[in-house]
Amino acid sequence: MNAPPIDWFALAPILIPLGAAVLAVLLEVFIPARFRRLVQMSWALTAITASGVWALIRALKPADEAVSAVGGHVLVDPLTLFVQIAIALSAILAIIVIADRTRSGEDAFSPQPAAAPGSPDEEEALAAKLVHTEAYPLVLFATGGMMLFPAAGDLLTLFVALEALSLPLYLLTALARHRRALSHEASLKYFLLGAFASAVFLFGASWVYGATGTVRFLGIAEQIQGQGLGADPMLFAGFAMLLVGFAFKVGAVPFHAWTPDVYQGAPAPITAFMAACTKIAAFGALLRFAYSVLAYVTWDVTIALWTVAIATMVVGTALAMVQRNIVRMLAYSAIAHTGFILTGLVAFSAEGISSTLFYLLVYGVATVGAFSVVAAVRLRSGTLGAGALTFDSWAGLGRQSPILATAMTLFLLSFAGIPLTSGFVAKFGVFAAAFSADAMPVAIVGIACSAAAALFYARLIYSMFFAEPAEALDAGERTQGLTNITIAACAVITLALGLWPAPLLDFATKAAALLP
Amino acid sequence: MLSIPWLTLLIVWPCVAALSLWLIPALRHQGRQTAIAWSLVELVLAIGTTVAWCSDTGNVRLAFRADWIPQFGVSYAVGLTGTGLVMVLLSTVLVPIVLLAAWNEQKTPRRSTHYAALVLALEAFMVAVFCARDVFFFYVLFEAMLIPVYFLIGSFGGEGRKKAALKFLIYSLVGGLVMLAGVIGLWSQARVRASLFADSALVGLGSTRVFSLDWLTAGGVAVIPTMNPTPERLIFLSFFIAFAIKAPLFPLHTWLPDAAHAARPGTSVLLVGVLDKVGTFGMMALCLELFPGAARWAAPVIIPFAVVSVLWGGIMAIAEKDILRMIAYTSISHFGFIVLGIFAFTSTAHIGASFYMVNHGLSTGALFLAAGFLIQRRGTGEIDAMGPGLQRTVPVLAGTFLAVGLSAIALPGFSTFISEFNVIAGSFATRPWEAGIAALGVVLAALYILLAYQKIFTGPPREDLAGTRDLSGRERWVIGPLIAAMLALGFFPAPALNALRPDAVATVEHIQGPAGSWEGSGQ
Repeated sequence: MNAPPIDWFALAPILIPLGAAVLAVLLEVFIPARFRRLVQMSWALTAITASGVWALIRALKPADEAVSAVGGHVLVDPLTLFVQIAIALSAILAIIVIADRTRSGEDAFSPQPAAAPGSPDEEEALAAKLVHTEAYPLVLFATGGMMLFPAAGDLLTLFVALEALSLPLYLLTALARHRRALSHEASLKYFLLGAFASAVFLFGASWVYGATGTVRFLGIAEQIQGQGLGADPMLFAGFAMLLVGFAFKVGAVPFHAWTPDVYQGAPAPITAFMAACTKIAAFGALLRFAYSVLAYVTWDVTIALWTVAIATMVVGTALAMVQRNIVRMLAYSAIAHTGFILTGLVAFSAEGISSTLFYLLVYGVATVGAFSVVAAVRLRSGTLGAGALTFDSWAGLGRQSPILATAMTLFLLSFAGIPLTSGFVAKFGVFAAAFSADAMPVAIVGIACSAAAALFYARLIYSMFFAEPAEALDAGERTQGLTNITIAACAVITLALGLWPAPLLDFATKAAALLP
Repeated sequence: MLSIPWLTLLIVWPCVAALSLWLIPALRHQGRQTAIAWSLVELVLAIGTTVAWCSDTGNVRLAFRADWIPQFGVSYAVGLTGTGLVMVLLSTVLVPIVLLAAWNEQKTPRRSTHYAALVLALEAFMVAVFCARDVFFFYVLFEAMLIPVYFLIGSFGGEGRKKAALKFLIYSLVGGLVMLAGVIGLWSQARVRASLFADSALVGLGSTRVFSLDWLTAGGVAVIPTMNPTPERLIFLSFFIAFAIKAPLFPLHTWLPDAAHAARPGTSVLLVGVLDKVGTFGMMALCLELFPGAARWAAPVIIPFAVVSVLWGGIMAIAEKDILRMIAYTSISHFGFIVLGIFAFTSTAHIGASFYMVNHGLSTGALFLAAGFLIQRRGTGEIDAMGPGLQRTVPVLAGTFLAVGLSAIALPGFSTFISEFNVIAGSFATRPWEAGIAALGVVLAALYILLAYQKIFTGPPREDLAGTRDLSGRERWVIGPLIAAMLALGFFPAPALNALRPDAVATVEHIQGPAGSWEGSGQ
């Protein structure tokens, strides 16, 4: 068997972060401790920016056909490029937050995760000025995996990408400086459930291989059509297991349970990174899988997807409503948003793809923004408020730091889908796509859930602006200000895409054009 | 001729003004003064617009359209009908008055600047929504407008403001999302129509403007007249429910008394005087224009609700102990009249309803402001606790309250009389029973206003009220123009009625005309 031709230029957006990650591990060894943070941060930012710009340049060139970079195992088409650009954008914004510290140099990561706070071990670590700069190479590895995920053209590449993006995230989750036990618990939960989901996914892939004799998407689709496998029970079981793996990664009901614990336990900047980028990457891959494979099966796969979409929206919204903790509220709202994005996906039309892509980018940016505000408030309120991110503890934020609170309000309004924010255009897009593709019930449930969801977003706005100030808010120190860059950028993008969404919609429409 | 984009200027200026107050530190200390100056500039722009409007021709004047989100067929389309013009004038007149009324309500300059900036931001939305000639654009404004109001009620109101703000937001958002379902339905219907004409030259233009009102009703492929009755009715209903929440119609009205009670009187003026009119304006401009068949189908059900609103609002107003809540209930009664006039489908009633919208804004606005002055002096909104006998100590305020109250009960001489008379007389032609019952509302109105006046102002004066201040110069300037405007429009209504007539005649013809599924409308 000959080695397949490799198109290095097409692969570059994937290879740059992975290569940079390997080098970053070396940097970690050779760079003196006091420069390490600066070097690692700049290195990670440069690598991901380069990768994103590379993808952008390729995307702007008029492409007539998909490039299969490694003999069809990696597909670089406009869909891939759009998703890669969205991942790169969110990752850059998130890394800036990851790099932020308080004025006395405390970042969000514990210097010695195994040490209990206040113990002699901890003091030793502080005295030695240990800093966890491993976070940067880990983020780079994860980003590399995410870049590959939507480009995967067969089930094995898909699985490799899935693991490449997941493993670093399990580690990153465990690194929180405050509330370490919670962080470790979250990491363990994430790892166990993630490993389980991966196993089910791999098992599913083997069943599909057994039924069709191939793991490549195009091959599977051909087999289904050619051999009349549309109703094959073995294939059915295989697809069902693959969908379990996807559902776990995107956080769809009933495989959503890890989301709130992990979002809460992980360091807030990592939550920003993972909430945005994982979802974008996983949906990118799911889009490809759904439209190039699932679309050919004859049993009514749409009914299953409808059920998942509706259940995800309803469960996410209902549970978000009863949360007292802001991060958990945002986590359940992320589950609800998974449902909204699925609404676009189940349309199975070109509009479904383009509206889903638009939604992903918009949601990613607003999510990074919202968790950045959480990170900023968390640092500011010191150890006192670190765990107590309740609605009440944010009371009066609007008076103490009006700009932070205004930005948060903007992100919440975008989540709620209020017009003039990007979230509204995105929601209109997916609902309209579902509506005109006869998935009317899903769209109606989506609209109803949006109305209900506005309630808990409004409650947080209410706490920030109308309630009497809480004392915890100023207990800690201010940050060095890097987070503010991200927050400002996210706010500008959210507003700009709300006022003038036409160019990005155009771009998303083009990205959707080449998918069958 | 249309070299000056009047409407765009009119929309953009208040945005710029609000942003300048928020962002330029130098203006922050002079927030109140600057805001009033900016709002007067807006008023001048509105007068310029009126002049330009008069020299233009057609039903929708000063129209302008540009692509906004072509992928969804959304355009930035503005244009003014007669009704739109008078509502724009009403908004631009009320804003400086509200700002002046709020002169020393806030404790710090920073807070009063914030208040003024929110009012100006709201003004931009109000003006834009009356100019909108694109369903999607209208919807965007209709929803986005909630945010400044939410903050106006929640940050600046009195007791119970937080709950009231949340209640307001939830009612409005639910209404808005019901409408969103309709907007999406309309989009899918319009696209089906557009694809039928795929080979026609019109589609090249049409597909990027499927939401434009002109494209939907008249130009292009005339989507609406050829629509099936069932989707048409469903979309009509979704729009109507949203508007019925906004212009609170029984039984969707319960948020209004709470909001009016909790908000500053100035906010209530804008909320009831202008914002709620967006509901009735939407019924005229969208429900009737887009879905004439469905409007005919639904009118027999809507009109009883309107009549119940008239009576229920009146009865509740009589029973109400708090003066702000009482005024809110009177408004619910008045909105009943407006909806009755809109769905009676005669041009007299339609003109009456349009004119009613303006007059109600002036009259209720004045009533809220007068009540605000009273509350400021007495420190309470309880009708029974404010009096009795205030007439002796504050004769000017008492006289003002009486004049404004009489305008609210549509005494001849005030412009409110003309509009109420037109609505009742016009509806009598098609719906004699309902109009007759609604006329009872006039009696109720006399009761609630005069009873309140009697309790507060007449009777033996209380000793401890002797030192109460009468209206100051600023306060007279706040309320004087409103009374003057009502009297002027009461004696010389012709200019306003002439501006409103073509619109009303066209709408009624549109409803009664051969277009639409008259046969399928179940009449």
